[in-house]
Amino acid sequence: MAAATEEGQQHPLSIYIGIWLLLFVFSAASYFVDYLQLQGYLRWNLILIFMMLKAGFIVAIFMHMAWERLALITAILLPPLALLVLIGMMSIEGDYTYLSRAEFFGVDEAPIVEHHHASGH
Amino acid sequence: MAQSTADVVAANDVVTDLVSDWSAEKEVFKVHWGKAMMWIFLLSDTFIFTSFLTGYMKVRISSTVPWPNSSEIFALSFGGDPIPLILIAIMTFVLITSSGTMALAVNYGYRKDRMKAAVLLLITAGFGLMFVGMQAFEWTKLIVDEGVRPWGNPFGAAQFGASFFMITGFHGLHVSGGVIYLTYVAVGVLNGRYEKKGYDIIEIAGLYWHFVDLVWVFIFAFFYLW
Repeated sequence: MAAATEEGQQHPLSIYIGIWLLLFVFSAASYFVDYLQLQGYLRWNLILIFMMLKAGFIVAIFMHMAWERLALITAILLPPLALLVLIGMMSIEGDYTYLSRAEFFGVDEAPIVEHHHASGH
Repeated sequence: MAQSTADVVAANDVVTDLVSDWSAEKEVFKVHWGKAMMWIFLLSDTFIFTSFLTGYMKVRISSTVPWPNSSEIFALSFGGDPIPLILIAIMTFVLITSSGTMALAVNYGYRKDRMKAAVLLLITAGFGLMFVGMQAFEWTKLIVDEGVRPWGNPFGAAQFGASFFMITGFHGLHVSGGVIYLTYVAVGVLNGRYEKKGYDIIEIAGLYWHFVDLVWVFIFAFFYLW
């Protein structure tokens, strides 16, 4: 594949159009996860897979990261890994808060109000 | 075998480049300075959006009240039965379409095809406007018709409203800012403002626009689909 030049990033149009179509396919696929009402681990795994595929292609091809030098790639893509620590800590904290609330206030089993559709208005 | 040896040599070169880029006591990122700055800005924006999404995750995990069903809340009816999440799906496709036209604009910019680059930039901005318009429709429907507020809503966990307005609102502001930015660049391209400076500006604006699409990918997955 063509490398980055002094003039900036130039690649054949066909790459962009191919990735564009792929993004449409992945978006449609993730919409159908909801439309078909898939639930549980199947749903969550499919959502994450399509999300990562879309994000990866956008960053690698549309944002040209695949053709950048390692100095820029590592400077931009490594720091966000610190966020995984935040996410991990907050999910533990969230569980703790949930259990404390359940212990002291109880769990609300039933939904508060039946949902009414916008079409009813 | 010869191929894999070549790969190893190439990989070594990449690492050697990394070391020399950082240790040469010269500029580290051998790209247009504006591009390096845009990437660093986007890195900071990544931290902001991830913090919002993490906050949303935390309040959703810790709620003892069922979380509202986004599939139903964001359903729309076109005369017949409501189609689940259809508005959000359309917004997703609009944003992806705009990402495609943006990528093409960058390409035509570097080819110095000013007319095509400017038109594609304006089309991209137009899709951005369409996205913001649909978001305004969605907010109005939720606030006026459904009574969703940052402190409560009729469907379930009270934190739904705060998470929704914060996350989609901040993203919508980014899209609106992007529309202004792209329009400014498009006018400059038409006027020949970048003939001497070069057309890196379109790639830099494109980085911002693709990032806005990227953030939407995560919002779509975690807020609307989860």
